[in-house]
Amino acid sequence: MPTLEFEGKTYDVDEEGYLNDWQVWSEPLAGQMAKLDGLELSDAHWDVIRFLRDYFQKYQIAPMIKILVKEIAKTMGPEKGNTKYLYELYPAGPAKQACRYAGLPKPTGCV
Amino acid sequence: MAKLPTPDELSKINYKPPEKRWVNTPAEFKDGFWCFGTRPKYLQAVDMPNPREWKPIEDDWKLPENWKEIFLEGFAERLKKYRSFRLFMDICVRCGACADKCHFFLGTGDPKNMPVLRAELLRSVYRNYFTTSGKLLGKLAGAREITFDVLRELWYYAFQCTECRRCSVFCPYGIDTAEITIICRELLNLLGLNTDWTMGPVANCYRTGNHLGLEPHTIKSIIESMVEDIETITGIKIEPTFNRKGAEILFITPSGDLFGDPGTYTCMGYMMLFHELGLNYTWSTLAAEGGNFGLFTSNEMAKKLAYKIYAEAKRLKVKWILGGECGHMWRVWNQYLETWHGPTDFLETPVSPITGTKFDYTSSLKAVHIAEFTADLIKHGKLNLNPSRNDYLKVTFHDSCNTARGMGIFEEPRHIIRNVCNHFYEMPENTIREQTFCCGSGSGLNAGENMELRMRGGFPRANAVKHVHKHYGINMLANICAIDRAALKPLMDYWVPGVEVCGVHELVGNALVMKGEKERTTTLRSEPLPEKEAKENV
Repeated sequence: MPTLEFEGKTYDVDEEGYLNDWQVWSEPLAGQMAKLDGLELSDAHWDVIRFLRDYFQKYQIAPMIKILVKEIAKTMGPEKGNTKYLYELYPAGPAKQACRYAGLPKPTGCV
Repeated sequence: MAKLPTPDELSKINYKPPEKRWVNTPAEFKDGFWCFGTRPKYLQAVDMPNPREWKPIEDDWKLPENWKEIFLEGFAERLKKYRSFRLFMDICVRCGACADKCHFFLGTGDPKNMPVLRAELLRSVYRNYFTTSGKLLGKLAGAREITFDVLRELWYYAFQCTECRRCSVFCPYGIDTAEITIICRELLNLLGLNTDWTMGPVANCYRTGNHLGLEPHTIKSIIESMVEDIETITGIKIEPTFNRKGAEILFITPSGDLFGDPGTYTCMGYMMLFHELGLNYTWSTLAAEGGNFGLFTSNEMAKKLAYKIYAEAKRLKVKWILGGECGHMWRVWNQYLETWHGPTDFLETPVSPITGTKFDYTSSLKAVHIAEFTADLIKHGKLNLNPSRNDYLKVTFHDSCNTARGMGIFEEPRHIIRNVCNHFYEMPENTIREQTFCCGSGSGLNAGENMELRMRGGFPRANAVKHVHKHYGINMLANICAIDRAALKPLMDYWVPGVEVCGVHELVGNALVMKGEKERTTTLRSEPLPEKEAKENV
């Protein structure tokens, strides 16, 4: 199984680097994942990651983009509630990249 | 992950066969062509054999010591159980009519993707162990032993077939090559050899009733979010019900419609239509899945996952089932369900409460496809439609393999589209209806890591879209399958940029004039209606 080493601990991840267990996640670990991608997480990045974690705890799945956009608009204002803003933050796609940093599994099925 | 070549690089397809005979050309695993192996947790969740960490690319697949025995016993069992399988193993005369009909052969140039040769991979093993000529003459009779290399080859090519059955349309013997792939995958599953992308949804579905693993409160919150969007767009507040006993109709759609764009817009279209009709229907949060990735695993698993829908229909005491825009759900229902569970005697033969049409042909399943339901409404003039709201679209229709070749739904979606859109154009006739080209990502191949294979497999479909895009300015590819909605979008972005993808009921939702609605200024995608925008800018 692929793993990720960080601060003396070994984390199980899948082939694409998603954590196998969302509960072992920590903020420094998210920072490390981003760092490995050459990305420094700003407050704006953290806002999205925290929203994703909250949503996941409530619903046991990452939100679809549409809901993410709507929620970001509600809490952070309409100028940020759009797909363009999210893609600027996470160029590899908010669903994939931000979910990975947030320690959430990737959705599967007819999606 | 493998880097995806550019469309220009990828379209240079090499059709020259290898110099050596196919038996002497072992499968070479190319990056971008295969999916990750199943994680053990998914196999454990449904009690399937040999859960362990494994990588298809490595030489040790961590198989049980007696794997050959397991494989051959499974083979023998299935030959006995499925007469069709035995027949298909025996009767091919290798005429080659199927060879150039497969989208994967057309897109890869790999001879082992010719349906005849893909089947031969398994037939050669069949001959060796189950026919007299093969037992006596071995290689001379086209027989070969099952070895690890043969197993790898079977796996690699069983997951380069989308079970679309286009080849079967052209087979003079009517061999259903998809059934051969299905059995081949079953045998592989006896050894724990499935893909992660297929088994994840299976495990989720077993636990929650849907592929995505959506919990009841999550489903409710997602649908409520769509209700908010519909209210913003139309001014009308819809009040869907969940798990409501005594509703007339149980509505089932793939969970992809609840989660991924553009499926969510299709879903909004369904809800707007039902509201306008005043339809007495309910959602189920326990069976919120039309799709069945069990079909891509084994017959037994498909059977286990399928019945929840009927169990739910029974529990809620509905009269009949209305099914959404899904592909393989209908394959499972039409071709297997009655064999598995017998006739559905606790439901009634569906009658449209709006038109009074009795859907006699489904007197066994008691389930109607929404394309048939809506086409019937339109035929009886029951909908107030304004097709000019879709005037910014030039639409073509992609027949989904399973609804086309599995149940012959050709006219209904076209009838709907012609009534809700003013600009509809067909792709060339050898690429639609029963000859439709697959999206290239069906049967659980819609993962991310095999993107090159998907783009190659979808190449013939994309090529036909490109043709109508060039000649008629097509900018919308409509379809009635959730895998299509998910898979055709990246396919279009790759091969025919500028063409969007939608479900037919998104077009219906846009055109539907609802009682008491406000003047529409946006589409269901919340994008400004182009003519409104133009007027405002004057």
